[in-house]
Amino acid sequence: MAELKLPVDEKTIREIRVGANLELSGRMITGRDAAHKWLIEECREEILPYLEGTVIYHCGPVVRQNPDGSYTFVAAGPTTSIREEPYQADVIGQYGLRGVIGKGGMGQKTLDGLGKHGALYLHAVGGAAQVLARAVKRVENVFMLEEFGVPEALWVIEVEKFPVMVTMDSHGGSLHDEVEKKSEQELERLLAVS
Amino acid sequence: MTKEQYVDSFVELIRRASTELPPDVVAALEQSVGKEEKGSLAESALNTILDNVELAKERVAPICQDTGTPVAWVSYPQGASTRLLQAALEEAVRKATELNYLRPNAVDSVTGKNTGDGSGRGIPHVHFREWDDQAVEVRLMLKGGGCENVGIQYKLPDSRLGAGRDLEGVRRVVLDSVVQAQGKGCAPGVLGVAVGGDRVSGFEESKCQLLRPLADRNTDAELAELEERLLREGNELGIGPMGFGGETTLLGVKIGVLDRLPASYFVTISYMCWADRRAGVRIENGGDPQWLS
Repeated sequence: MAELKLPVDEKTIREIRVGANLELSGRMITGRDAAHKWLIEECREEILPYLEGTVIYHCGPVVRQNPDGSYTFVAAGPTTSIREEPYQADVIGQYGLRGVIGKGGMGQKTLDGLGKHGALYLHAVGGAAQVLARAVKRVENVFMLEEFGVPEALWVIEVEKFPVMVTMDSHGGSLHDEVEKKSEQELERLLAVS
Repeated sequence: MTKEQYVDSFVELIRRASTELPPDVVAALEQSVGKEEKGSLAESALNTILDNVELAKERVAPICQDTGTPVAWVSYPQGASTRLLQAALEEAVRKATELNYLRPNAVDSVTGKNTGDGSGRGIPHVHFREWDDQAVEVRLMLKGGGCENVGIQYKLPDSRLGAGRDLEGVRRVVLDSVVQAQGKGCAPGVLGVAVGGDRVSGFEESKCQLLRPLADRNTDAELAELEERLLREGNELGIGPMGFGGETTLLGVKIGVLDRLPASYFVTISYMCWADRRAGVRIENGGDPQWLS
């Protein structure tokens, strides 16, 4: 399994293809439905340094606040990415993201955006909230906690060996398209008999 | 039994459901690993899932961060107060949320604000039925949002799929639902299917079917055969764990039947993710709670 350090440059990203197993280390940020809408509708300067060159993780974590005021991720698996399809390509372009982590894959608009800007779609194992929370070493900062609540806030986190699979790349490759096409063919075969 | 006693048992019930996967589901996942190609993403995903199940139990922490909608089926003896049981379940959800067994998971649909305590209008969702037994029994399911979103209801006949109003029609739409879901319901999943009923009772029955253990064989021979066939054919679709491609798309298919109006023929499918979180408890007056698997 290859390790990928965050933040990362475009050249490195363009060398990675669909089917790769990666372990991410470094800084990333979480963001889901409310965050994506907010990032597009109210471009916020102060958050820029936390997005540039890194990845956004579609995740609504369970978070514990410790007696000293710091936070710990208790459970942190991915949420379904397709809901961010209207926003994702623009968020990648506008904030200089190098990737997206989520589950279920995304559509053509995002795939085009990955190609245009040089970014990856990284699939985390859905439901694997403990394995993924274990890889979160530190919560560095949080945005919009009061307004959006715990699951929807933007959490800046430091991760170590965070496991993901590349299922969409910057060369138009999408494992999701491949699997869908193949399953449709199989369905046709199964429906040909009764 | 006081409300507080019920609350304590229900918090423990939620803890078990959220942090410990039922043994039959774990066994089914373990068996699946060997069927996948060595070094494939499918194999890797299943291994991560199994690591995660173990880690959640060890840490007494949620298997999945989406701790789902708590759906409870409560059987109660004559004379028991359903209002008290409902209040106890709501209180237990709030306590379990405080203890981080559940995520604050209830959002006001108009304002978009999270209620913050895990409970809300219609959450938890509780079904009551009176029975002859003197005990209270609660079957709890934590139904995640990702898999709930891929649930679907078909109206037969369906000309696109060549599905008529018979079990062959049911087979056709169920297979289509699996293709539509791809990996988005967190495959490998379990399908609860209801044939017949109306739009509401169909979904209710489809969820009820998900309470059956994976090894449970349908008492109706024809339906038992269809369940087995759909499990086999569903896996032939090749969608695989997380939709990465592979041999394991489904862990089980369970079918229930309701009568219908002459004008309607609904087939309703609820998809349960691999994190098939269900737990049960039986409480007899004055006795200790008995945990059901």
